[in-house]
Formats: sequence, C-alpha cells, structure tokens
Amino acid sequence: MDKGAALLVEDLHKSFGGLEVLKGISVEADDGDVISVIGASGSGKSTFLRCINFLEMPTKGRVVVAGDEVQVEERGGRSRVKDRRQLQRIRRQLGMVFQSFNLWSHMTVMQNVMEGPVTVLGLGKDEARARAAALLEKVGLHQKHDAYPSELSGGQQQRVAIARALAMEPRVLLFDEPTSALDPELVGEVLKVMRDLAAEGRTMIVVTHEMGFAREVSSRVLFLHEGRIEEDGPPDSVFERPASERCRRFLASVLH
Amino acid sequence: MDLSLLAWGAQGWGDEMVRGALVTIAVAALAYLLGIVIGSGLAACKLSGAAPLRWFASVYTTLIRGIPELLVIYLVFFGGGVALRSIASGLFGYDGYIDLPVFVTGVICLGVSAGAYSAEVIRGAVQTVPVGQIEAAMAIGMTRRQRFWRVLVPQVARYALPGLGNVWQFVLKDTSLISVIGLVEIMRQAAIGTGATKEPFTFYVTAAVLYLGLTALSDRGFARAEGWANRGVGRAS
Repeated sequence: MDKGAALLVEDLHKSFGGLEVLKGISVEADDGDVISVIGASGSGKSTFLRCINFLEMPTKGRVVVAGDEVQVEERGGRSRVKDRRQLQRIRRQLGMVFQSFNLWSHMTVMQNVMEGPVTVLGLGKDEARARAAALLEKVGLHQKHDAYPSELSGGQQQRVAIARALAMEPRVLLFDEPTSALDPELVGEVLKVMRDLAAEGRTMIVVTHEMGFAREVSSRVLFLHEGRIEEDGPPDSVFERPASERCRRFLASVLH
Repeated sequence: MDLSLLAWGAQGWGDEMVRGALVTIAVAALAYLLGIVIGSGLAACKLSGAAPLRWFASVYTTLIRGIPELLVIYLVFFGGGVALRSIASGLFGYDGYIDLPVFVTGVICLGVSAGAYSAEVIRGAVQTVPVGQIEAAMAIGMTRRQRFWRVLVPQVARYALPGLGNVWQFVLKDTSLISVIGLVEIMRQAAIGTGATKEPFTFYVTAAVLYLGLTALSDRGFARAEGWANRGVGRAS
C-alpha cells in the first residue's frame, strides 16, 4: 500500500462553545490494527471518532489517512476545511458505521450498498451490484437484496450498514458504538461480523461498550476520560493491570 | 339548462370551454412550478444560518399570506405595467403603452403565492429527514450536490408531497381569479358565454364540472406519486 500509517491522529482538540470535549488525542493505527476505544459516556469517545472523518470539525490537530492529511485553514478566527474535494477523497478511505445505522430509507438493501460505489467511485452498475452481492453474502443477508431498511431488524440493518461501508473498500473502518442501539439478542450477529472483519486483517477503530469484544478482538485498547487518553495498551494489560485508577474503577463498574 | 349551447364548433361553446380549461391547466402548471422553485429557495433561506436570509423569507411569507390573492393580482398587473413602461422609456426611450401579457401576469401572481405556501411545506419536510442519513452520505464521500439529489430530495419529496398536493389544488382553483385581468380561462370563458347567450346557469355548471374534473384527476395523480415516493417506508405521517 502507500507510505506511512493507515491512520494518524495528532493532538486532536474539540470544543463545543466553551466546553472542551477533546483535550489532545493522538493515535496511530497501522494496517491490521483493531483499536477499541472505551470510556464512560461523556468521555469524548464518539466525538473523537466523528472528528476523524470531519463529521465534527476539530478545533485543533491533524488527521492523516494513508499519508494524506486533511487540509485545514483559518478564516475569520474559525478553522475550516480548505478543500472539500480532498476531504471527500479522504472520507472514501474511512468507512463509518453509526450507532443508529443511518441507512437511506428510500433505497433497498442492494441500493444502499451500491450507492457509494456507483455515485462516489463511479463504478458501473453491474460491477457495483456484484460487489454489493458478495458483501451482503458475507454479512449473511444475501436473501434480503430487495428489502427496505424499515423491513429489517436492527441487527440486520447494522449488517447492511457494515456492507455499505465495506463496499467503498476503505483503508480504515470506524465503528461508532455499533451495537448500542440493538436489542440484546441482536448484538451477537453484529459482533460476529466485526470479529470476522478483524480476523481478515481489516484496520478498525471501534468505539464500544462491549468489553468482551474489546478484550478478545482488539490489538489495542484506549481508555478515554474527560477528553484525554488515560490508558493505552494491549487488551491484557489494560484489562488486567490498568495503571490508571479511573480506568480500574470504570472497568469494575462495567464488568459487573 | 340548454346543453345544445355546449356543442362543438362554430354553433356551440363546447370547444371554447375546453380551450379555456387548457389555459387554466397551463397557467396553473407553470405557476405551480414557479411556486416550487420560489418555495425551495425560501425554505433554504429559512433554514439558512444567515439572519438576513431568514428575515427576508419570513417577511415574504408573512406579506404574501397576509394579502388577499386578488389584491396580489392587481398589484402585479398594474405595478408590473408601470415598471415595464418606466424601464422601456428609461432604457430604450420607448414611450408607447405596453403591458405584461395577462398570461405571464397570471403565472407570476399565482407562482408568488404558491411559493409562500410551499415554502413552509418544504421547510418542514427537510427538517423531517434524519440528520444521520445526511451524515452517512457525507461519511461515504458524497459531494454536496450528490447528497442533495441522492439523499435529501427523494426524502423531502416523500414528506412534502401531501402538502404540495394541497398547494396544487389551490393554485388550480385560484386561476379563476386571473379572469379579472382578462385572461380567457374557464371562468372568463363562462362569463363570455353567459354574456352572449344569457344562460349563466349552463355556463357556470359547465365551469364547475371542468374544475371538478381537473381536481379529481390531480387527486389521483398525487395519490400515485405518494405511493411511489413512499415505497418501502409506509405513508409519511
């Protein structure tokens, strides 16, 4: 592939009004890394993920995807993206899976997965359909091509959303609490797909409350507290021997 | 009622009445399109972050909705003539009497009102589209234009269609007001027929039947359009 890390985030800050939600986050992900981001609600972990693909505009910091840095300029005391086209190009490299699925409700399952390749990548319909069919097969939804999102369970919708993200063949997958909106009995089918992706060597950043997934699947775990990384390491060390007292208390509260 | 008055050709008024109906349809359709363009622009203003744009849209809708349609027609008809004549003499030194064609006046008047009414409908529909679906389009790398046409418009259409159907019905019926400035549509044609034959009932019943036929047809058209726009999601409520 190309030079450098798949994803490099450096000294990321984000404020909403006077409230500083991220206070300098730096992360580097190499190809094949699976990084779980855990922490209490309000710790800034979702904001962190949304700043990576600029759904939220970072107040400060750098985001570099496969050697390509999102260009930001100051104008009138506010930072803004310098070149929308460049950002759109970088976003193709960052597949995003949302907590609330966010499938396009006027399109069928097949159309949802084909939309990006056809509209954004300019693939022919036949090629896009073949790609989408293979991905839907992979997430176990090959019999649902013509269903609309409203006809699917939450778990099925989230698997379509994963297929939709994969269809862009992104360098990095971003998961924003992908199982938090699901009924408990549907969590497993989504986690299974995500485990398979990790086993394939996909690069993933996963904001999650699923400690089992974080512990067993990720290569690295970040614990966020009040906009800072409090704990950073392989899952064994973070879960067994956390250095930070806050991390210890957080794990104790969620693991019981 | 004397139905022989409605015969086709030189003897009767049937063909004239149908021609009037065609003029009604033409004025209504063009005014409706103009109204949707104006309404979309106003909705964009209302949703914009810029205060002057929001202020402009709100003044526009308050003004137009607060003035009777008939008065709007007089204002555009007489005001439009004055404006046109001063432009003609100021810019081109032409001092003859010119006027906006009544057809154009009619389209502008009804379009201006339809714009005010559809603005609210479109604004409401835009706000109903879940933000997450727009974010998903951004995250996948769509441009602004792609997000607009591929994600926003199809869903706005779904939520706006019932309201826009109402706007169409009132535009269609308000074309009758344009008869006061002399456009020969259904109403005006009925009045002309009445003047020539002294049979008002026959002509006004015919006019009513024509309007009913048009509104019934458009009801069916909108029902089909809604069925198409609601595919996969059930009726928007």
